[in-house]
Amino acid sequence: MKFIEPHAHMVSRTTDDYADMATAGCVALCEPAFWAGFDRSSADGFRDYFRQLTEYEPKRAANFGIKHFTWLCINPKESEDMALAKDVLEVIPEFMDCPNVLGIGEIGLNKNSRNEVKVLEMHVDLAASHDQLILVHTPHLEDKHKGTRLILDVLKNDSRINPERVMIDHVEEHTIGMVLDAGHWGGMTLYPESKCSPARAIDMIERFGSERLWWDAACDWGPSVPLAVPRTAVEMRRRGHEEALIEKVIFENPKTFLSQSERFVI
Amino acid sequence: MTMMTRQKVMDQYFMDARHKLIDIAAFLDRVEGAEGKEDFRMAAFRDAIKHLEDGGNDRAKDVLMAFSDPTEEPIAKAPGKGACGAWPGEGSEVEG
Ligand SMILES: [Zn+2]
Repeated sequence: MKFIEPHAHMVSRTTDDYADMATAGCVALCEPAFWAGFDRSSADGFRDYFRQLTEYEPKRAANFGIKHFTWLCINPKESEDMALAKDVLEVIPEFMDCPNVLGIGEIGLNKNSRNEVKVLEMHVDLAASHDQLILVHTPHLEDKHKGTRLILDVLKNDSRINPERVMIDHVEEHTIGMVLDAGHWGGMTLYPESKCSPARAIDMIERFGSERLWWDAACDWGPSVPLAVPRTAVEMRRRGHEEALIEKVIFENPKTFLSQSERFVI
Repeated sequence: MTMMTRQKVMDQYFMDARHKLIDIAAFLDRVEGAEGKEDFRMAAFRDAIKHLEDGGNDRAKDVLMAFSDPTEEPIAKAPGKGACGAWPGEGSEVEG
C-alpha cells in the first residue's frame, strides 16, 4: 500500500527504519522540529538542527525513494526560556525558503505555562506573516485537554489564521471534537503506550468520519513504531473497510492538507 | 460507522480486552499489596474505572477526562517537562 507518514522524527531513527518504511509503501514523510531529549544551549544548536532537517535528512530519505519534508520551530518543551525562544525565532526565516520546508511546527504547548503560550503566539505570528502552514503539537496526558483548548483560543484570536491551514496533532477522544469543530485538521498519533492505539484510531474514523483527519507514527527516540500507519491500515482492512477509505486516511488526506504548500509535490 | 457486527467485534477484540482487564486487576492487587501511601494518580485511576460501567459510547472520553487537568488558565511557570498521567491538583504541579 502507498502511504504518507506525516509526522516522523527521522533524525532519531536508523537507516533500517527508512528501509522498512519504504518497503511498506511510504512515498513521503514530514519531519517537524522537536525537542532533542535534552535542552540545546543556544540558537546555534538550532541552526545546526535546521541544517540537518533541510540538507542532510532529505538525502537519507531520497536513498530509499522517500520524499522528505520538514517543519521549523522551537519546541514547546524549550519554550519556557523566552530569551532562547526569541533567538531561535530570528533564525527560522533563514531556512524558510528551503525547498522541503512546509511551514511552522510542531509548535503548541507542553505544560500549559504562560511563557509557552507567549512563544506559541510568536510562532503563530511568524507563520501568519510569512503565509506558512502550521503543525501543532498538543500536550501529553493530563495536560492535553486544557492545552488543546488554550491552543484553539490562540489560533482563533489571530484573525489572519485560516483554520484549514492548521493541523492539530495528537488528538484523542476528548479533544478530536473541538479541533474539528474549530475547522482545523486533526492528527491521531499511534503510540504503543500513550496517545492512541490502532483500534482507537479506527474507532475515531468510524465515529467522526474521514474528513480532515490523518494518522501518524510520530516515531522518535522514545517508544514508537515507524510502521504504525501501515499496520493500522491493515487493522482497518481486517475490520472490513473499503480500500478507498483506507487510502483516503493514509494517503489522500495528508496529501490534501500538505499540498496547501506548493512545495509539497510527490 | 463501524463495519463490524457485534459478533465480529467480539471475535476480533475480546481476547485483547480480556488480557488488558486482567492486567489492570493484577495492577490493583500489586498496588494494594505494596507498602506506603497511594498518591493522586491512584485516586484518578479509581475515579476513571467508575466510567467503565457507564452506558453509551463515551467511556474512552470520560476516562481521559478523569485524568485531565480541569483548570482553564495557563500556569505561572512550567514545573518541568514531563507529564505523569494524572492531574496532581491545583498548585501542586509535579516536577517531571
Ligand atoms: Zn513530534
